[in-house]
Amino acid sequence: MRYFQLNRFKQYSILPGFNLALGFTLLYLSLIVLIPLSAAFIRTAELTWPEFWSIVTTPRVLASYRLTFGASFAAATINAFFGLLVAWVLVRYHFPGKKIVDALVDLPFALPTAVAGIALTALYAGNGWIGQFLEPLGIKVAFTPLGIFVALTFIGLPFVVRTVQPVLEDIEAELEEAAATLGANRWQTFTRVIFPALYPALMTGFALAFARAIGEYGSVIFIAGNMPMISEITPLLIITKLEQYDYAGATALSVVMLVISFILLLIINLLQWWNRRRSTLT
Amino acid sequence: MVESAAQHPNLRTIMTTITFLLPGKTFPQHATKEPAWVRRTLIGLALVFLTLFLFIPLVSVFYEAFKKGAEVYVAAITDPDAVSAIKLTLLVAVIAVPLNLVFGIAAAWAIAKFEFRGKNLLITMIDLPFSVSPVVSGLIYVLVFGLQGWLGPWLAEHDIKIIFAVPGIVLATMFVTVPFIARELIPLMQAQGTEEEEAAVVLGASGWQTFYHVTLPNIKWGLLYGAILCNARAMGEFGAVSVVSGHIRGSTNTLPLHVEILYNEYNFAAAFAVASLLALLALVTLALKTLIEFRNQQHQKQRGIE
Amino acid sequence: MSIEVISLSKQFGTFTALHNVSLQVHSGELLALLGPSGSGKTTLLRVIAGLETTDSGQVLFHGEDATDQHVRDRHVGFVFQHYALFRNMTIFENVAFGLNVRPKKFRPSKEEIHDRVMKLLHLVQLDWLADRYPHQLSGGQRQRIALARALAVEPRVLLLDEPFGALDAKVRKELRSWLRRLHDDMHITSVFVTHDQEEALEVADRVVVMNEGRIEQIGTPDEVYEQPASPFVYEFLGNVNLFHSRLHRGRAWIGDLEVDAPEHAEAEELAAIAYVRPHEIEVERTQNGEAALAAQIVHVLSVGPIVRLELVRENDDEKHPVHAEISKERFRELQLTKGEKVFIKPKRLDLFPNYPRSQLKH
Repeated sequence: MRYFQLNRFKQYSILPGFNLALGFTLLYLSLIVLIPLSAAFIRTAELTWPEFWSIVTTPRVLASYRLTFGASFAAATINAFFGLLVAWVLVRYHFPGKKIVDALVDLPFALPTAVAGIALTALYAGNGWIGQFLEPLGIKVAFTPLGIFVALTFIGLPFVVRTVQPVLEDIEAELEEAAATLGANRWQTFTRVIFPALYPALMTGFALAFARAIGEYGSVIFIAGNMPMISEITPLLIITKLEQYDYAGATALSVVMLVISFILLLIINLLQWWNRRRSTLT
Repeated sequence: MVESAAQHPNLRTIMTTITFLLPGKTFPQHATKEPAWVRRTLIGLALVFLTLFLFIPLVSVFYEAFKKGAEVYVAAITDPDAVSAIKLTLLVAVIAVPLNLVFGIAAAWAIAKFEFRGKNLLITMIDLPFSVSPVVSGLIYVLVFGLQGWLGPWLAEHDIKIIFAVPGIVLATMFVTVPFIARELIPLMQAQGTEEEEAAVVLGASGWQTFYHVTLPNIKWGLLYGAILCNARAMGEFGAVSVVSGHIRGSTNTLPLHVEILYNEYNFAAAFAVASLLALLALVTLALKTLIEFRNQQHQKQRGIE
Repeated sequence: MSIEVISLSKQFGTFTALHNVSLQVHSGELLALLGPSGSGKTTLLRVIAGLETTDSGQVLFHGEDATDQHVRDRHVGFVFQHYALFRNMTIFENVAFGLNVRPKKFRPSKEEIHDRVMKLLHLVQLDWLADRYPHQLSGGQRQRIALARALAVEPRVLLLDEPFGALDAKVRKELRSWLRRLHDDMHITSVFVTHDQEEALEVADRVVVMNEGRIEQIGTPDEVYEQPASPFVYEFLGNVNLFHSRLHRGRAWIGDLEVDAPEHAEAEELAAIAYVRPHEIEVERTQNGEAALAAQIVHVLSVGPIVRLELVRENDDEKHPVHAEISKERFRELQLTKGEKVFIKPKRLDLFPNYPRSQLKH
């Protein structure tokens, strides 16, 4: 009976194990991901709309949105630019140590965020390796919003590189040769032929880095200074509310974060679909 | 198809390498290459950026860890609290990684080997934890298992502690690492198709035999790759674990949390010493990852030649 | 516009792509570079275009040295095997690209560009596709657009790299004759690379046969087919039978068969290879008093108006198959069946004495 029902939405296959595999997948996903996630929404639904709205729009919260989104956007933009540059250099040029550099690009994926946080803080503090040169110039990085930007740049670095790199590798040399035979110089070839081909991947990488930066916590809290209204990111505000046993406030804020994450996820999926479509059409 | 030598990738590489190694000799400018000064400027810019944002932070971890000498370093990582943090971190990984491994295989088997409605939705749901802030990931478990949570009163009645205890840490870690292995296996198994498995079934193999003798050998490297990345995240997760742990020294502290505590106590040398263990883990992860990628490339090349 | 190539050499690592190649392309002719893969034909074309640099030698356009000129400045039209259309641009934008990237001073006005592009699209009979994107076109259409794009910049010469290589057989044949007609109308000096002998012989004014980085023969399609200059050309152009023979003072022996070889009058006891095209082998039921080789029919294959016979010579221990082609009429007349013994005799053969075996491909 059950088999019959499943068959209605599943194409026939002689391979066994579908029911078991899908059943386990759905059970596991529900228990670990979906039910806990739904808790945030259901708990928030206990609030009235005006209650919810007043929690998520206090000046302190609004300041944290501005900081979180502003710093994330700035970091993702820098990463889009330098990520494209790094991908270009890794794909197109040869230099000593290239293999090691290529492998290390993934470091922010592998390095625990807390470690990145304390390392960046030590570097950019007034007496740190890098901070000591910036301080005399009047540039304070650690314990300011600029520090948040630095941390978010670090953790978002691999995204653009790793989405652009394979697309760049796949661009046929013939396209650039064709542009050259038609009289285009290198810059024209880049802007008119190469860049349009990379654009969807670049946007995907940007969106991934942006999405990651918005939720980031570990690497930021060490370097941020965490001053309300100035250098307090939204995830930290959630923790603060939690520590004050303000569960309703923390939950409401996390619902805002979740909704934004889901919208970004949707955008990223659309971008990736666009990217795939581009690359499958010749 | 017919190819000239000029189109042969290896020969091209040799050509460009020679050009790069002999900057003294002037070559007529190649049709689709930038002039040398542009090339060097771009390489230089990229390396400066990576140095500032990647290499220096990495090096500084080890520098700060050993700044006060090897004795302080050894003392920091053999401290009983540090040792218990190491043990807890390993325990968390030992539980979370195998469970996600089983999940990844099951999900990939269902998604890659069968056609059914709602598949794309399922893939998106598996990806969900990647887009959720770690802090939110921890919070949702508090909402379910915490004192104020759905199951809180019942758990308190039966004297079961999940939040601010090891089970909560394990659950939060499982949440953030759910997608790693599945994501690695799904595209791999989709690319491999179902022909080999169908052949095995036609020849009379049972489901488990088919999986063990046909599928598993084909995906073992992808499985390992996913497991390595999953493990790195499981051992290094900070935000989610921080919310559910309660920061009880010597009992609910993982390594990243221990780093935070030491740092907040201004015990920088010890904090960096413990952090250096995690940095080492990251480097080992990257090395293994690169090794598997290299192996896959060689494998593909061999297949290409056949 | 004539092209002259003077002792070009090009090495890729340890691989010699071009070895001292010299070639003259006459103004207005359609020249084919023909050879197997790795023969250097594409490298030669790319060197002419400026897409590849040389180790030594010169390329002259209309007598002027262009060797160190950048590809941008050579004003060549280049058509790639896989079209290389820009997928983010419409067909119109693709064709207009070469005009749009010109410096402002030399760039035609918008209207002029529009007129010129539409004229070219009309020429390649695809003006109705101007607003489409490359992926919406078939392979044959894409290649015609690639050609229009190359012609838009009014190139001095047109270079085509395996232009029909990626197309299926039927479209290939259509485009082939279309290119020939187009060339007859425009008379632009054109060089195209192909590994398909039929394509080269059918389309080109002259054919350059290349092998291992060298030119084996240059000539009209008739010349290279009828009078191959080397065993390589013989084997590469069309099917051929190969017989080991002995040369001595103007006479040659293949087994018991003795033939005149007046051009080898001074040869003294030389080993030689004799080439005979399958259609130049005569098949008889009886010896008729003339010298002939006895052979047995091992296979009969009837293809349309001709019949292919596979034979084995009677005293050939290695049992090398000999291929003969006769008309269906003749086949019926002789009433041949598999397994029968017949007599074969070459109507015409070419002898190449002392040719090292290692250079022959089988």
